[in-house]
Amino acid sequence: MLLRHTPDTIIEREALTVQPAKTCQPVGAMYAALGIHRCLPHSHGSQGCCAYHRSSLTRHYKEPVMAGTSSFTEGASVFGGQANLLEAITNIFTLYNPDVLAIHTTCLSETIGDDVPQIVAKAREEGRVPEGKYIIRASTPSYIGSHVIGYANMVKGIVEGFSERGKTGRHVNIIPGFVEPPDMAEIKRLAKLTGIDPVLLTDTSGVLNGPQTGHYEMYPKGGTTIDNLKRTGYAKATIALGPIASGLGAKFIDTKYGVPCETLNLPIGIRATDKFVEALKRLGGVIDDEIEYERGQLMDAVTDMQQYFYQKKVALVGDPDQLVSFTEFLTDLGFSVRHVITGTPGKKFVGRIKDAAGTDQINVREASDYFYLHQLIKNEKVDLIIGNTYAKYISRDMDIPLVRTGFPIYDRIGHQYFPTVGYKGALLLIEKILGVLMDHQDRYCPEEQFELVM
Amino acid sequence: MDEVKSGSEIKQEVTLTYPTKVARKRSRQFIVNEVKQDEDVPEIMANVRTIPGVITMRGCAYAGCKGVVLGPTRDVLQITHGPIGCAFYSWLTRRNQTKPYTEDAPNFMPYALSTDMRDENIIFGGEKKLKKAIEEAIAIFHPKAIGIFSTCPVGLIGDDVHAVCREMEQKYPDVNIFGFSCEGYKGVSQSAGHHVANNKIFTDVVGQSDLKKNGKYRFNLLGEYNIGGDAFEIERIFEKAGLTLHSTFSGNSTYEEFASAQNVDLNVVMCHRSINYMAEMMEKKYGIPWFKVSFIGAEETAKSLRKIAKYFGDKELIDKVENVIEEEMKDVAIVRDKIKDRCNGKTAMLFVGGSRAHHYQDILHEIGIKTIAAGYEFAHRDDYEGRKILPDIKVDADTRNIEELTVEADPVAYRPRKTREELENLTKEGIRFSDYEGMMSKMPNETLIIDDLNHHEMDFLIEKYHPDLFCAGIKEKYVVQKYGVPMKQLHSYDYQGPYAGFKGAINFYNEIDRMVNTKIWAMIKAPWHDEPQLTAKYGWE
Repeated sequence: MLLRHTPDTIIEREALTVQPAKTCQPVGAMYAALGIHRCLPHSHGSQGCCAYHRSSLTRHYKEPVMAGTSSFTEGASVFGGQANLLEAITNIFTLYNPDVLAIHTTCLSETIGDDVPQIVAKAREEGRVPEGKYIIRASTPSYIGSHVIGYANMVKGIVEGFSERGKTGRHVNIIPGFVEPPDMAEIKRLAKLTGIDPVLLTDTSGVLNGPQTGHYEMYPKGGTTIDNLKRTGYAKATIALGPIASGLGAKFIDTKYGVPCETLNLPIGIRATDKFVEALKRLGGVIDDEIEYERGQLMDAVTDMQQYFYQKKVALVGDPDQLVSFTEFLTDLGFSVRHVITGTPGKKFVGRIKDAAGTDQINVREASDYFYLHQLIKNEKVDLIIGNTYAKYISRDMDIPLVRTGFPIYDRIGHQYFPTVGYKGALLLIEKILGVLMDHQDRYCPEEQFELVM
Repeated sequence: MDEVKSGSEIKQEVTLTYPTKVARKRSRQFIVNEVKQDEDVPEIMANVRTIPGVITMRGCAYAGCKGVVLGPTRDVLQITHGPIGCAFYSWLTRRNQTKPYTEDAPNFMPYALSTDMRDENIIFGGEKKLKKAIEEAIAIFHPKAIGIFSTCPVGLIGDDVHAVCREMEQKYPDVNIFGFSCEGYKGVSQSAGHHVANNKIFTDVVGQSDLKKNGKYRFNLLGEYNIGGDAFEIERIFEKAGLTLHSTFSGNSTYEEFASAQNVDLNVVMCHRSINYMAEMMEKKYGIPWFKVSFIGAEETAKSLRKIAKYFGDKELIDKVENVIEEEMKDVAIVRDKIKDRCNGKTAMLFVGGSRAHHYQDILHEIGIKTIAAGYEFAHRDDYEGRKILPDIKVDADTRNIEELTVEADPVAYRPRKTREELENLTKEGIRFSDYEGMMSKMPNETLIIDDLNHHEMDFLIEKYHPDLFCAGIKEKYVVQKYGVPMKQLHSYDYQGPYAGFKGAINFYNEIDRMVNTKIWAMIKAPWHDEPQLTAKYGWE
């Protein structure tokens, strides 16, 4: 057994996290910043943070992930990181020529209290920032929240840095949340199909799933452009997909620029996508035949195959916004959602999950970890686990099929190319879920019950 | 590809693209090789601060301490004291394999443990939470030893991790609890963390147990981390040759083996950079001689085995080692010769680690691949120029912040393993004790040696040379491949291996053959890019 030390008996822990179901803020901030066209994220802290974040995003996407670091040494940690950041700004604009430099902090620079806005102002005064170049920033202390909150903070930092006032336009801001590049592309496609002009905050499609061309582009074609980011201040409305990852930015645009915002669940599954499409309709979108057709296909597959989902027990682990929509979707399909765990702290989580599952009889916990999830599963076994790559250790030890979703996925591809959101995404998810459940049945059923047609 | 230019021209060109201050520093880290008499090579600046903003390959002291040196040990329970990120990113990502002796024996490697410090711990201190976490960890895992790894904020808020360890050790006398001050800002790279790890293991672990493994020829292998099963292959060869590997620092290792590592007659050092401190300190305290070996490449493996046999000096052992080499080399030669035909003359660049950029040149050479540029991520001058320059290294502030232990001969445990005369004779026969000749003296003149390569320079090198193979780490992997150049990760081996020893060499030859000879790169460009725009046929065709 790989996880031979995990006992069945659950003893509550106060101080020790084992096998975390979250990581720290800066990686989320880096991810959000990568969704700006010609943007270089910058990590203000020790170079190890930047190396770890780049490595983990690279393993997840199998794509170049570029970011700078202030490379703190002990001296910088004592005297402050101003000199390092000033030097970094000069070097980055000289060597890498990004249009936008997106600085996020780390636990180190937060603990010593570096004043990044002041340092950036000084850099401007000293002429280190070339004309027409932008520096934006977000405070992302690793000891608060999680990677999801880091994403939210950077989105807020982006609108703080770019949004402008103007005559209300017809475009709609959409904050897609910490989802994959193909999810962002799918959200854009659905909006455009209804005739809505979407501005995504932000959009990593075409940045972290780019083509092999034989030539490396440091700044690929994708990402939300500066012009579009400026327009966010006079959009018709903002749709925030997922309150935890997207609420903060939407609220900021509403408060400062009076752009009304609507917060929805992430459009994963039937009902959550319906609500997203309805929101687009309310904003003047017209529901296209293609959308009807895609929904119809999804419902066709769901009704055809429901017997394979019915009363199957499932355990979920991941980020809060995703888990709420997953719980609702899987419950709609007929699954019995048994255990739901997130590492991200947040008191409302438990209630949201219970609402989505339509029952109180479910194990839900925020600020928890994989170790606890494993113990829950040992006490009540499930037929399916949905989680990130780290769930494979539980999956193997307990011989439970696993569908990978969320961050990080280090050991499979697909998440960088195929969406989970929208009706198409739901169909792809069903195909994946059925695949692992049926493979499991095919492998373990008695020979006399081995089915040709399923 | 541009016209091929000389190393000096390339250096000049790249230096011109930098701001003046950066150019000055980089020109001392960007060297055109020139080997003179007595292995004399040009001076290279190394182990100095990374220039902020250059997009470096380097990581931090925590990564070097927890990730590299201690990470591969399966039964030291490792708790990261800090916010969650550091424990998360170092959780199984270095793919050190391990194989417990029994199914019930402890293996904590799939677990990542953290105190997950929150804002209140930063404000009010994290010692209380750390103590509680240690208690909870002991209750669940019942470990023999616990290592606590400090992350950046821990040092800044002044948590006394070592005092916590002492207090908890008093409470749990059966558990050896020790802390590492490996905050990420220490030193200038992972290297600082190696040193911190070596120091603590030396003072708190080595010598704690008197376990003696059976066998006539007992030694430790230092600086081998069992990436992709390298240690398993090396262990197989040792066993076949009748050698007793007592302890590996730290691939496929256990606490007990560390704790009794003084019970050997020899230390051999594989990764000089990360572990030379341990070899030196053990020599001073216990009288155990050490020399450098490498098991990357069949020739180096054979050479290293012969060196070990010669050290022990028994005819029986020397003959047995020769038999093993002869037998193993048969399979190696068949694959090597076949692949050499297809790879001969191809070019490679290696920028990785603190020894791999040297070791892998040897194995590439075996299949005819030339290294045209190489450098380390976190090495020191001695890894480039050889240990003979050690007295010339100026100790700067960043190095001074890492404790240098004063070690003396142990009044009881010190025991010279060889007489002075024996050592002198072995030296005459070519064994260089306590020495490493470095990477540069082995490389041809005019090749480029670049310390702490950054993205800008990597870009530049690939554009200018378009090598047939590039070797570095995960952050560089897909940048290089977007250029259409195959990229081999030499930290993680691209989830393959083993590459060490004889069987590992065969694996590596095959893998490199696949990478440089696959037809898939030629298909990147769609066929219509080379065809005329007109699609209709002319009348006369």
